[in-house]
Amino acid sequence: MELNSSIPSGPLADKWTTHKAEIKLVNPANKRKYTVLVVGSGLAGASAAATLAELGYNVKCYCFQDSPRRAHSIAAQGGINAAKNYQNDGDSVHRLFYDTIKGGDFRAREANVHRLAEISVHIIDQCVAQGVPFAREYGGLLANRSFGGAQVSRTFYARGQTGQQLLLGAYQALEKEIKKGGVTMFPRTEMLDVVLVDGHAKGIVVRNLVTGAVDTHMGDAVLLCTGGYGNVFYLSTNAKGSNVTATWRAHRRGAAFANPCYTQIHPTCIPQSGEYQSKLTLMSESLRNDGRVWVPRRAEDVGKRPDEIADADRDYFLERKYPSYGNLSPRDIASRAAKEVCDEGRGVGPGGLGVYLDFRDSIRRSGEKTIAERYGNLFDMYQRITDENPYKVPMRIYPAVHYTMGGLWVDYNLMSNVPGLFVLGEANFSDHGANRLGASALMQGLADGYFVIPYTLGHYLAGRAPVGAGAAESPSARAAQADVEARTGKLLSIRGRRTVQSFHRELGRIMWDKCGMARDRAGLEWAIGRIGELRAEFWENVTVPGSGGELNQSLENAGRVADFLELGELMCRDALHREESCGGHFRVEYQEAGEAKRNDDAFAYVAAWEWKGEGQVQALHKEPLVYENIQLQTRSYK
Amino acid sequence: MGGSSGRTLNLTLNVWRQAGPGSAGGFKTYQAKGISTDASFLEMLDVVNEELAAKGEEPIAFDHDCREGICGSCGMLINGTAHGPWKMTTTCQLHMRAFRDGETITIEPWRASAFPVVKDLVVDRSAFDRIISAGGYVSIATGNAPDGNALPIPKVDADAAMDAAECIGCGACVAACPNASASLFTSAKVSHLGKLPQGQPERYRRALRMVAQMDLEHFGGCSLHGECMEACPKGISIDHIMQMNRDYVAASWKGEPIAKAGGAG
Repeated sequence: MELNSSIPSGPLADKWTTHKAEIKLVNPANKRKYTVLVVGSGLAGASAAATLAELGYNVKCYCFQDSPRRAHSIAAQGGINAAKNYQNDGDSVHRLFYDTIKGGDFRAREANVHRLAEISVHIIDQCVAQGVPFAREYGGLLANRSFGGAQVSRTFYARGQTGQQLLLGAYQALEKEIKKGGVTMFPRTEMLDVVLVDGHAKGIVVRNLVTGAVDTHMGDAVLLCTGGYGNVFYLSTNAKGSNVTATWRAHRRGAAFANPCYTQIHPTCIPQSGEYQSKLTLMSESLRNDGRVWVPRRAEDVGKRPDEIADADRDYFLERKYPSYGNLSPRDIASRAAKEVCDEGRGVGPGGLGVYLDFRDSIRRSGEKTIAERYGNLFDMYQRITDENPYKVPMRIYPAVHYTMGGLWVDYNLMSNVPGLFVLGEANFSDHGANRLGASALMQGLADGYFVIPYTLGHYLAGRAPVGAGAAESPSARAAQADVEARTGKLLSIRGRRTVQSFHRELGRIMWDKCGMARDRAGLEWAIGRIGELRAEFWENVTVPGSGGELNQSLENAGRVADFLELGELMCRDALHREESCGGHFRVEYQEAGEAKRNDDAFAYVAAWEWKGEGQVQALHKEPLVYENIQLQTRSYK
Repeated sequence: MGGSSGRTLNLTLNVWRQAGPGSAGGFKTYQAKGISTDASFLEMLDVVNEELAAKGEEPIAFDHDCREGICGSCGMLINGTAHGPWKMTTTCQLHMRAFRDGETITIEPWRASAFPVVKDLVVDRSAFDRIISAGGYVSIATGNAPDGNALPIPKVDADAAMDAAECIGCGACVAACPNASASLFTSAKVSHLGKLPQGQPERYRRALRMVAQMDLEHFGGCSLHGECMEACPKGISIDHIMQMNRDYVAASWKGEPIAKAGGAG
């Protein structure tokens, strides 16, 4: 397998401009002859589908939800970064680039990240023009807030619903193109395989989730914009439907899966309350602008009411350990610090798995009204879930799986190692290294969809003969469809005794315990064995009620959990092989004074895993990370 | 710690089961035992469904996804009320402490001819997408935008637009309306874009086209009952319907061709 990152030559700041000027174009009259299959309708998918249709391509877009407006990008709360420097506080494209590389613990590609920072400013312009109601100052100009891992205010936001408003902007652009006929939308449709013709991605096999019909759709390129795989942990902040199936099926057809062990544990989520728990709810990182994180200084105080604990007996551990970033330390660092104090027996709430996020001081300073204006909807949500009033008592929070930095390997053009198969947004691995900074996910999804793929897709398509009408009858298309039908039939025929949920919950517990916030060799080796056994049991003992010819949510779930059972093992293998700590990947064997200890000499590379067939271990390929412009250094937020 | 932690409930559920769009549906009774008051309403249904699945019976189908009140997927009539008893709360954010031990809960899908039942509690809300498609956008192609700060927008206008833009498209307004009107949903988008300078060039034609599509989809007319606003989990105000009606009427003075069918209401 060849991994050519296709990074343009020349100075870092000129690479994207030069590349755009040099890559091939598709004549406007020829664009309509190409069909582009866009899987997923979140920020990356909706923005790509709309923009490609505006350019004249014939686009088909697929989502498993009943409407493209419901993709999980909608749940992003806090904001979107852009190097506008409207605040005159020293921001620049270079600084956003540097913060993102550093935040990712020096495990991302320089060229991709610099392009992201350059594009960030155009995203804000585009969204404002679409009517996204960003927060504004009284003078009528755009407002900013600060986020973790940065010392400037560069985050644009729409109350606590930034993801919703950005997604609705992209969704409305998509609906505009649907009306014009440039996009055909397939809601309640799940992609279950990729079709390769002569090694190029030329189609997908999909299942209509209402009728159960399985079909093959052919096109000239396939764009996977299908989000992350955090639900491998069962409990995460992802939507219940979020899954790895599209990217995993592509992996099994030859696309390399990169850095699967890089997962982000978000520090501020509402702690689990019981066994029935179906998901974890995030409380936006923006709350750390005004909330102070603490636990009792002494373990014997954990049972006390928080207002009974005097200031001197409180340990504001983030402020103590990281005085210059304090409560706005990056997510991986804040999460680990919370785990550490809980491991010391100083955690609060049920099971001692929680720390306080306290607004007392900011309410005293700014008034309850101001705090309510900033975070009212989040406070309401917290109260509905926990039955506690965060204006009066501190929130209890605990880290939870939130985002996955790993994903399918892509080159600078966002193309995987399978020609014609492009991967955008969270589904690819490219921009966040080993840890993503807050408010950067929205930035990346929209950068890929609005401003990168419209250029790089044309470069791939230019000069290629459009796929013919009979392509769906090709042997590889028929074989892929037959595979999908056989697999669906198999899931329905097992009729065992154990529910899909029960397998998923057990897998999640294994992943959280052994491949979560802290990992070690023994735990990972055990997990690899245990996941293999669980997978074997799944295929013998799972029960999937109902039939394949109707809306069958158990069947949908079963297919997704089956893929998680394969992915989970690969994540553990990746975590096991990476004998260093970096960003969200913390190996307890590799630390220095409690902080992650990277090994740049041995591990400054992207780990890309190649599928070698059923029952075989994936093969590891390495793409070296070459830093020409910045110095690798130990990350410090102290 | 939670105000009601540790309590459990035993409940009787009357759930609408319907195999498909063409089939006749009916209520079936289930027991939900030992449900924690800290569980969400959907987690209560998960418990019931997992018991059904373990017995090889088909679980109750319902739409859900984010489970944090923002995607708009979930929605059911709970004891006759869209999204249940808590104000400004989606079904996924409704928690079981809202119910009493021993209570019987009736659960139905949204009832509206424009929202045909797909299965059990799942309905087809694609009419909402077609209403947006008719004009709920600003026609600006990617790459044409001026600088974000080139056009100052008064904070009050941006805030008012955001109030309308918070709509999650769940359909509770339609389900709550005695006429099954989609006026609150449609007007929220008309109003969101109509309050911003970016939305002005298409303001009147947007109102006309979206209203015409709403009528085509067989939603009922608005008679200002206000039930929609009561049921809306995001607190979208009925004032937006006034705004939509004004824009619709104003469109005629502006010389926009009036659609033949229907009216703004």
